[in-house]
Parts: sequence; structure tokens; C-alpha cells
Amino acid sequence: MTQATTAPGATRAHQRFVWAHLIEPWLYLTPALVLIGLVMLIPLVVGVSYSFQAIMLLKPGQAEWVGFDNYLALWSDKKFWISLENTLVWTFGSLFFQFTLGLGLALLLNTHFPLKRLFQAIVFLPWAVPTFLTALTWAWLFNPVIGPLPHWLAAVGILPEPFNILGDPDLAIWGPIAANIWFGVPFFAITLLAALQSIPSELYEAAEIDGASAWQSFTKITLPFLAPMIAITVMLRTIWIANFADLIFIMTGGGPANSTQILSTYIFTTAFKKLDFGYASTLAVALLFLLFVYAVVLLALRRRFVRV
Amino acid sequence: MAVVARRNPLMTVGKYAAILFYLTFALFPLYWLLKISITPDQLIFTEGTALWPTDATLENFGKVIWQTDFLRFFWNSLIVSLASAAITTVIAAGAGYAFSRFRFRGQKLVIALMLLTQMFPLLMIIAPIYKIVAMLGLLNSLSSLVLVYTAFNIPFATFLMQSFFDGIPKDLEDAAMMDGCTRFQALRKVILPLTLPGLGATLGFIFTAAWSEVLFALMLIRSEDSMTFPVGMLTFVSKFSVDWGQMMAAGVLALIPSCLFFIFIQRYLVQGLTSGAVKG
Repeated sequence: MTQATTAPGATRAHQRFVWAHLIEPWLYLTPALVLIGLVMLIPLVVGVSYSFQAIMLLKPGQAEWVGFDNYLALWSDKKFWISLENTLVWTFGSLFFQFTLGLGLALLLNTHFPLKRLFQAIVFLPWAVPTFLTALTWAWLFNPVIGPLPHWLAAVGILPEPFNILGDPDLAIWGPIAANIWFGVPFFAITLLAALQSIPSELYEAAEIDGASAWQSFTKITLPFLAPMIAITVMLRTIWIANFADLIFIMTGGGPANSTQILSTYIFTTAFKKLDFGYASTLAVALLFLLFVYAVVLLALRRRFVRV
Repeated sequence: MAVVARRNPLMTVGKYAAILFYLTFALFPLYWLLKISITPDQLIFTEGTALWPTDATLENFGKVIWQTDFLRFFWNSLIVSLASAAITTVIAAGAGYAFSRFRFRGQKLVIALMLLTQMFPLLMIIAPIYKIVAMLGLLNSLSSLVLVYTAFNIPFATFLMQSFFDGIPKDLEDAAMMDGCTRFQALRKVILPLTLPGLGATLGFIFTAAWSEVLFALMLIRSEDSMTFPVGMLTFVSKFSVDWGQMMAAGVLALIPSCLFFIFIQRYLVQGLTSGAVKG
């Protein structure tokens, strides 16, 4: 742009270049970076260092470095392995239904019917309900005194009599999963709907002219187009759900008998109730490590099987 | 032919059945909350599980508002959420603008860093944050919550703001700068007015997120005076676990601000959730 032939002009152009490419962007970014650094990244490093220390607020005294003691304790902690197993049930149980129902809803919203805008606003509403309220509402729905669900489940023969499944170690985890499905369906519906709307409609018209059935256009056009979006959404959502402790903590507190304890609720109760910061951080590092392995494996699989 | 085949009655019935299913699924839990909150106390145990109450009252709301601390919890939450939303939006607008309009060295690294903060378990920093806040003497203060919520939401809000800035042609500020504005003046006078809906949507998203955050609030706030709504409500539930009507009335009150903001932002939901797909 700047035609700088003389030395002073070149300097001015150079100054402007330095300003626009090296300094100015950072002026806009600095407040954000400072806050993220101070409130998230530094504590993250501090948190990792806690996992090598014994820090218990209930036992005052100087924190001391204990090397890998916390990790050895974790390896032989039965509760950790139970939580890990529950994390898998919680994450994939929630994910499967959120995804299936979300895809169904997205396909439905991609068609025409009367009052669609109102319908869309109503079915997305659960996303906006505060999570603590979602948790409490579903806990109440499962309560036989004031909630209808136990009576319905007993009426259709799933439960022998109307009792609170949140108190039954075999079934309790399905309570928070139900709440999570209710809360998470809109998210999948919205992201998948956005992807659906980006599919060129000419493709469907061409398929129709060639005599393809609705099912054929779904499997041959819709699904392949959605696949990249599905892959990325599912991966990110898995991590998000595995980290999501609010619903379980409020609905069951991890009980009865740790049957709903997942890793993230275990971290929170260890920090919040026992104030054992060293061990809580060790659990958190373990969770981070597992999520990292999961992401790496998934990305490798994607590179192998999805030719872009 | 194909059109006729697609309009077969079975498909239509199936479609309306699906619509009905999703409507019921989304609304039933909220309907139940509302129903119990207007059921008079003496009827709760006889009609708790009936679909309609035979009598309705607003007594529970009166009690919650005038005889408990919920009004203060509500007020605390409102301050925290509004302050977090306002500060986050201003800061994220700057960062989002930088991502949208500049190509600079280190950009990829900064973006990667911001994505990283969305992936790791936030609970990982709950202990360090507690210690730092305690060291600063800010436990039980609303400002500590504002600071924490602001930082947590900046990455998501930045990506959201970037998507709004990307939608505004670059020529507009080029023209303003050609006419002698500095870049910052161009941003303030030309670009920001055009991004007002985007700023509003970001405010709404952050408000909703801050309004429902509970784990860090539980950790950092233990005195009744500065409890936010979620913390106050959980304390109330564990103390008075059989005052069903009042608890649900409080729940309905907690729903009001979220619903208002939801009505306001639902036009931007698609943009918000897909641009920052890392967050729900």
C-alpha cells in the first residue's frame, strides 16, 4: 500500500507497521489476558503443585511437600476407582440420550409447521434454567411425596412400588442423568440445527429428482454433512459433561454409598467438605490427565478414519 | 409424486407426536415447580402428586419474600451477575475485536490458551482460588465472585464477540480511519453502535452463566449476608427440607431473571452456542 521510496517515508511506514502488527493488538487483548492469567492459569499451576503437598485446612500447620504420596494414595483409593467407573456411566449415559434427542429435535426444527418459532423458544428454555434449579426440580420430581415420577414408574412396572430412586444405590445415578438430558438436549439441537441449515438444499432437490427416498437422503446427504460437526460437538461435550459436578452434587451429594460419586463431585467434596486441598488437587490432575488421553485418542482416530 | 409420498398421514401424525413429546418434556418439570409453589400447604401431602391442585394460593411467595432472606440473596445475585456480565462484555469486546481485525504474531498461541481454559476441569483451581482469595481477605465478599466469574467467562465471550465483529465489513472502519479517525475512535463511533445487539447478547449469556454458578459460590461465600441465590437456596433446602411450597416458590423466583434474559438472547442462541461451542 504505502509506496515508500525515501528513507523518512520508509521509517514512517515501518513505524506504522510495528504499531499495527506488534503493539496495537496487544492493547486490546491485555485486560483479558491479565485476568485469565491471574485467575485461571496461575492457579492452575499452583493447583498442580498442591497435588505434591499435604495441605489440609482442618489440620493447620505449614504445608509440606510429600512427593508422590498423594498419587500413591490415589492408586489404592477404592473410592477413586468407583468414581471413575461412575464417571463413565454418567458421561456416556447422558451423552447418548442428549445426542439422540437433540438430533431428533434439530431434524424436527428443520421442517415447517405452524407456530414453529414459539415451539423453538419453549423447547430451548431448559438450557436457560439455572443448573441448581434444574437439580432441585428433578430431585423433587423423583420424590414420591411431591413428585409424580415414582408413581408413574411404578404404574408402568419399572419400579415394584413408588419409592425414591435417588435413595437406591443401583438406580440413583439415573436421576442426575435424567436431569442432565433435560438440560443438555437444547445444546445439541442448536448446534446440529446450525449445521443442518448449512447443507445446500439443491442436494435434496437433486436426490428427490433421482427418486431417492427420505431415508436415503438422510443417510446419504444429511449424515455425511453433519459428521464433522457431530464429531467435534460430541468430543467437546464429553469433556464438559465429565467435568460437570453441579447436578450430582445437589441431587445426591455423591450418595447413597458413593453410587453416584463421579470424579468431579469427588474433587469438590474433598475440597469443600474435608478441606483437603492436596488430595483434591491430586484427583483433579488425574481427571485432567484422563481427559487429555481421551482427547488425544479421539483426535488420532479422527485423523485415521476421516479423510478430509 | 415425491411430495405426495412425503405428505403421507402416518408421517404427519408422527411429526405432531414428536412435537408434543418435546413440548411436554421441556415444560413438565417447570410446570410442576409452578404447581407445587401455588398449592396451599395443607393440600401438599394429600394432592402432592395430582396433576392439578384443587385450590391455588400465592401465600408461599409472600412468605418467601417477606419472612426469609431470599430477597437479599436475590439482590446479591443480581449485583454479582450484572457486574460480571458488564465487566466481561467490555473486556471481551476488546479481545474479540483484536482477534477479528488484527493478524499478529502469537495470535494462534493466545487462541490456543483461551481454548485450553475451556477444557480443563475448573474444579482444579477451586482450592488455589480459595487460598488466594483467603489470603487477600476477600472471603465472603461479592467482589471475589465477580472477579472469578469475569475471568471464567472471558474466553467464551471473546469468541462470541469475535463472531459478531466478523459480521461487520472492515471497509466501514477503513473509511472512518481514512477520514482521520484513529482506530479506537472508529471502533467507538462506527463499529460499536453496529455491534449493540452482539454486546447485548454477550451480556445475556454471561448473566445467565453467573446467575446459575453454584460451586465456587459455595466455596467462597459462607456467611448469610453475602450469599448468592443458589447458595442461599441450597442452605434453605437443607435446613427446611419439608417446606415444599416455599422452596418451589423461591425456585420460581430464581427462574424469572434467567427467563427474561433467555427471551432476549434466544435469537442469538445459535451464534452463541456454535461460536463458543466449547461451552454450554
